[in-house]
Amino acid sequence: MLEKWTGEVSVINIGATKEEGGSRRQVIKVGGQATLPFLSGEGVLANKPVVAFEVWDIAPSDWPAGLAKAYADVFSDPLAWAEKCVKEYKAGLICLRLQGAHPEFGNKTPDEEAKLVGELLKKVDVPLIILGCGDDAKDNLVLPVCCQAAKNERCLVGSAAQDNYKTLSVAVLADGHNIIAESPIDINIAKQLNILISDMGLALDHIVINPTIGALGYGLEYAYSIMERARLAALAGDKTVACPFICFVGQESWRAKEAKASEQEFPCWGPESERGVIWEAVTATALIQAGADILVMRHPQAIEKVNKYIDELMKG
Amino acid sequence: MFIIGELINGMYKDIGEAIKKKDKAPIQKYALEQLKAGADALDVNCGPVSRQPVSDIQWLVQTIQEVTNKPLVLDSSKPEVIESGLKVIKNKAIINSTTADVEKLNILVPLAKQYQAGLIGLTISAKGIPQNKDQRLELAATIVSYCSEQGFSPENLYLDPIVLPVNVAQAQMRDILESIHEFKIISEPSPKTVVGLSNVSQGSCLRSLINRTFLTMAVAFGLDAAIIDPQDKELMDALITSELILNKQIYCDSYLEAYRKK
Repeated sequence: MLEKWTGEVSVINIGATKEEGGSRRQVIKVGGQATLPFLSGEGVLANKPVVAFEVWDIAPSDWPAGLAKAYADVFSDPLAWAEKCVKEYKAGLICLRLQGAHPEFGNKTPDEEAKLVGELLKKVDVPLIILGCGDDAKDNLVLPVCCQAAKNERCLVGSAAQDNYKTLSVAVLADGHNIIAESPIDINIAKQLNILISDMGLALDHIVINPTIGALGYGLEYAYSIMERARLAALAGDKTVACPFICFVGQESWRAKEAKASEQEFPCWGPESERGVIWEAVTATALIQAGADILVMRHPQAIEKVNKYIDELMKG
Repeated sequence: MFIIGELINGMYKDIGEAIKKKDKAPIQKYALEQLKAGADALDVNCGPVSRQPVSDIQWLVQTIQEVTNKPLVLDSSKPEVIESGLKVIKNKAIINSTTADVEKLNILVPLAKQYQAGLIGLTISAKGIPQNKDQRLELAATIVSYCSEQGFSPENLYLDPIVLPVNVAQAQMRDILESIHEFKIISEPSPKTVVGLSNVSQGSCLRSLINRTFLTMAVAFGLDAAIIDPQDKELMDALITSELILNKQIYCDSYLEAYRKK
């Protein structure tokens, strides 16, 4: 029996082309589904899930060797790193994490970060996701100037949370971007935060939900059920949760012991060089089935596998 | 819940006056205000004073269609008035209403099919108002089987158990509520259910409280649609909260606001 849905996920445009006042080579559209993931017989799947390559403003200190190796030549140069993702790995979307702004990881100034954003936009012409460092006070200084530096480029900027959403909402609204609304695996808070942000004047169709995920083996199923519940409500007409999802797959997968432990430690697990890639790819594919629209990932081989998987799914 | 706003009815003085003078402004104002307050559709009734309901309903429909494309519920006991309204309607239409009498079904079911309209079926017949649940179910089954035979899907049918005033028919209230639940199991797919709410408090003192308490209970019995005053904020809040408790909406602290953003 086919379900008849009345609602659909809102469509978010990331990136603005020259004609639209930006300088991106294309706009990436996510969302717009009128059915549960890949049930194309029941409704339209307007846009496919997309993968964003994660790039840091400082060399990450906690990435396992097997992952860091993929970017060894560009690890401390974010501009070269982003360019490598686009040129070598054909990235269509870059996610810049401003980890170096964190008081404990470099404490870069807002101006330094804004300058980096400006340079990155010149270096590569794909749409951009910009993430803060996770320290609320610092992010509230850094992200507004970065929003300004990327004015009219229609980036996706994060993250807003229930106890810290006002500054970012205002900045995103002023400079024509989209916002990431993050909630701690909690559908009630996700919905509440969307209402709070939309009350600030930023329309619901400029919000992407970060439901917070766990990697395979680390609570993935909780994220799955939250995403499924939100999507069912969205399809039934609840616009306050009808936003696309962004999932930080790389961040969670590469924290898993199974992804990074060496073969010496666990001989029966096989070589970690393959294991980590598989852990990241499998986490991503499960979340795609849950309704993920944007997957922020790290290892180019994992991303290649996931992109193939997406193409296969979209064939219907 | 599919909310049908009840306020465009010629029995209200200002609407009656507006119909008489062909003054569009009050009609359009009531239409927009009800939609803003949460109505999904608007009931359209010329009222008892209209001398030319056949032409008045056309004027009402056209007047309202100028400001909204939401469904309109053509409300008249006279099939010729309904048909007249259907002739000019562009929005989705719902016919309000047929009874379980064959003479009415013979006219209104084909009209509903022809205009792809919904149809409200009152569980009442020329013999009078049903006195208990069994009589309601019997009349409901008559309507459903007639529609099925004519190829009109029960999904487009809204059965009304006939809500009686609590101050005259207290003993029937439980039967009315239970009927709402049992109508749903008459056929597969199920017919929908609807009530004209304000009748329950007719002649009573605490009308708003009685209305919202009955509606809350009816929602728990599975009611699909209601003809109500959407500008009664406490009624709407109670309705939204009832649906929340039945897990039809996802909870959040601002759930009332969230519902209204829909």
